[in-house]
Amino acid sequence: MSQSPAPAPEPRLFKGRAKVYPQSVHGTFRRLKWTILTVALAVYYLLPWLRWDRGPFAPKQFLLIDLAHRRFYLGPIEIWPQEFYYVAGLLVMAGIGLFLITSTVGRAWCGYACPQTVWTDLFMAVERVIEGDRNARMKLDRAPWGSEKIFKRLAVHLSWLIIAVATGGFFILYFADAPTLVKNLFTGDAPSVAYATVAVLTATTYVFGGLLREQVCTYMCPWPRIQSAMLDENSLIVTYKAWRGEPRTRGVKKAAQDGGKTGDCVDCNACVAVCPTGIDIRNGPQIGCITCALCIDACNDIMGKLGRPRGLIDYTTEKRDRQEAAGEALPPKWKSVVRPRTFVYTGVWALIGLAMLASLLTRERLDLSISRQRNPLYVQLSDGSVRNGYTLKLLNMEARPRTFTLTLEGLPGAVMWDSHATESMAAPALRITVGPDQTEARQIYVRAAPASLPEGTADIRFIARAEGGAVAMQETRFDGPER
Amino acid sequence: MTEHKHTEDGLPTTGHEWDGIREYDKPLPRWWLYLLFGTMIWAVGYCIVYPAIPLWDGASRGSFGWSSRSELAAELRAVDAGRADILAAIEATPIEQIPQNEKLMSFAVEGGRSAFKVYCAQCHGSGAAGGKGYPNLNDDDWLWGGDLTAIHQTIRHGIRFEADGDTHMSQMPAFGRDGLLDASQIRDVTAFVRVLSRQEKPSDSSRRGAAVFADNCVSCHGAAGEGMREVGAPNLTDAIWLYGGDTASIMETVTNARFGVMPAWGGRLEPVTVKQLAVYVHSLGGGE
Repeated sequence: MSQSPAPAPEPRLFKGRAKVYPQSVHGTFRRLKWTILTVALAVYYLLPWLRWDRGPFAPKQFLLIDLAHRRFYLGPIEIWPQEFYYVAGLLVMAGIGLFLITSTVGRAWCGYACPQTVWTDLFMAVERVIEGDRNARMKLDRAPWGSEKIFKRLAVHLSWLIIAVATGGFFILYFADAPTLVKNLFTGDAPSVAYATVAVLTATTYVFGGLLREQVCTYMCPWPRIQSAMLDENSLIVTYKAWRGEPRTRGVKKAAQDGGKTGDCVDCNACVAVCPTGIDIRNGPQIGCITCALCIDACNDIMGKLGRPRGLIDYTTEKRDRQEAAGEALPPKWKSVVRPRTFVYTGVWALIGLAMLASLLTRERLDLSISRQRNPLYVQLSDGSVRNGYTLKLLNMEARPRTFTLTLEGLPGAVMWDSHATESMAAPALRITVGPDQTEARQIYVRAAPASLPEGTADIRFIARAEGGAVAMQETRFDGPER
Repeated sequence: MTEHKHTEDGLPTTGHEWDGIREYDKPLPRWWLYLLFGTMIWAVGYCIVYPAIPLWDGASRGSFGWSSRSELAAELRAVDAGRADILAAIEATPIEQIPQNEKLMSFAVEGGRSAFKVYCAQCHGSGAAGGKGYPNLNDDDWLWGGDLTAIHQTIRHGIRFEADGDTHMSQMPAFGRDGLLDASQIRDVTAFVRVLSRQEKPSDSSRRGAAVFADNCVSCHGAAGEGMREVGAPNLTDAIWLYGGDTASIMETVTNARFGVMPAWGGRLEPVTVKQLAVYVHSLGGGE
C-alpha cells in the first residue's frame, strides 16, 4: 500500500450542539431587521383589537376566525365554510408569492419575516441586555455557578417566558372577541381550550425561540430546502466575494513586504461572530444561511475601518458575482429583479387575486338548497292528488334577519306548506324568515293534482326571493305514479 | 473497503453517489436522538399502562384496567343519563301537547324515527310507505283515526291482536267463501264500489250492485261508502286502496275478506318509546 487513506474519524452516535453566541451588530440590514420585527409584532398584537362595525347581529372584530359558528370575518368580508375556496386561493397566492420573492431577493422570508427568526431575534436581544454581548455571554457560560450567574440566568429565562406567554399565547385573540377573551382569561372564565392553546404556544415559543433557535432552521424546518431549490443564478443572495477576499491575510503589511498576494479578507471572523445560525458565509452558499445579511453589516463595518471598499460580503446574484470577478460591466441590480420569470409569477399571482376579488364582489349572500325526499318518492293522497317532500335549506349570509318568499315553477296549481304549518295552510308561496347569519332548514311538502303530471314526473324549480331583490333558485323533480 | 466510504477529507459518507454528489454520513443532533429515546421510553410506559401485549386469553389488562369496551359502556350510560330528563318530560306530557314544545317534539320525532326503523319498518317500510295490505303512514287516509291520540292508541294496543283486550276489533264477512253472496252479486257490488270511487262509469251491473251494497255493506262502510273509523272500515270513495282498487282485487276482498293484524306494542316497548313512535308517525305529513 503506497498511500494509506486518511484515518477515518471515530463514528459518533450523536452530534453535540455547538452553541452560537451571536455578536451585536449595527448597519443597514440590522436596522431593516429591527423595522420588520417591530412592524410584524405590532401587526400581530394590534390586529385583534381593531374593531369593525357589522351591525347589531355580527361580531365587531376586524379579523375574526369564529370556529364555533364556522365563520371567517375580515373587515367587510365574511366567509362561510362552503366558500373556503377563498382561503385555498389565498394559500395558492401565498405559494406563488413565495416563488416570486425567493426568485428575486432570495430567502427573504427566512431572514426577516419568519416567526422563528423574529422571535429568536427578540429573545437574543433580551439575552444581550441582561447577560451582555458575545464575549460576556461566553464568559458567563464558562463561569462556575454563583449568585450572579443564577440571577442572570433566571432573569433571562423569566423574560423569555413572559414574552412567550404574551406573544405565543395571545394567538387565541384571533378566535374570539379579544377584549372579552382577555378579561375572561384573567378571571378564569375562558374556555379550557384557550388556556391549553396559550400553554402550548408559550411552550413552543420558549423552546423554539429561546432554546433550540438555529437548530429549528437547520434540522427541523423543510423551508430552507424548498427555498434553496427555488433560487437561480439571478436571485439575490448573501455572497462572499471569494475572488476579492482570498487569500485571507491577517498581517497585510508583512505579507505585502514578503511579496505574497493578499486578499481583502482580514480573517477577523466578524461575519462568523454575528451569524445567528453560526455558519461561515465564506464557505459559500449553504443550507444554514437564512440570508439575514447581518454578516454584510459586520464586514462592511470592518472594511470601512480599514479604508477598503465595502461589499466584500454583499447581496448579489451568482451571475453578477461571476461578472464582477471577471471585471465585466455590471448591469443595474433592478434588472436581476425584473425578468421573465418574475413577470410570470407576478402575472399569475395578480390573476388569481383579481379573480378572487371579482368573485368576492359579485357573490350572492343568499343560498338555497333543496334535497328531495326519496323514501317514499311520492305519497298518493285520498283525494287523488300527489304529495312530495323536500328538505329545504335557506342560507341568509347577511348579518341581519331577512324574509324570503319561496315559490315554485313548473307545476301549475301546486301548493306547499312546511313542517311548521299544517296542510290546511297550504299556499302557492311560502314566506320564511331566516335569522342573521343563519341557516334555516325545513321540511317542505308540495301537493299537486295528478292532471299537472302528464308524464308521472315534472321538472320543477324552487325560487327564493329576498326583499332586497336577491334571488336563489334550484331545480329538482316532482314525482308521481307512473302512467 | 473504507476507501469509497470517505471523502478526500476523510469525512465518512454513506457510499451513495448521485450525479457526482456524495452523501455525508453525519451523526444526528443530540436532541433528535434524545427525542427518539424518549419515544422508546414512552412506548414501554404505554404498554404497561394500557392493554397492549397479546396473551392467550386476550390482551394484557394494563395498570388501571382501561378497555375500549368499558369506555364505550360508560359513554353509553352517560348518553342514557343525559336523555333521562327529556324522556321523563315526554312521558309526563300528554301526547297531544308534545307538538307545542319544540324541544320535546324534535326529540320525540327523532326517537320515534329510530324506533320505527327497528320495529315497524319490516311491514310499513323504512319510509313508512307501506305496501299491499300494510297501510302507507305518509298519506292522509286513516282506518282507525289519524290524530295523535288515535295513532298512539293503535300502536299501543294493536289491531285485531287478540292478546290485548283494548285492541281494535272488527271483521269483514267473507261474502263469497261463506256463501253470503253469489258470484254475480259479488261482480255487481264490485262494479258499484268502483263507481263510488269514480274509477268506472255507472252500468247495469253497478246499478244492481247498489242494492247488494245497501243490503250488506252500509252497516260498516256507510250509506255513501265513506267508511267508519269505529270499526276500521275503509272509505271506499277515496283514491287509496290498501289491497288495490282494481276489479280483481276488490272481488277478492269481497269473496274472502281481509283483515290485517298488527301486534300491540304497548306490552313490548317502553311506554315512552310507543309515545315517540306515535309522534313520529303523526309527523310524516298525513297526521290529523
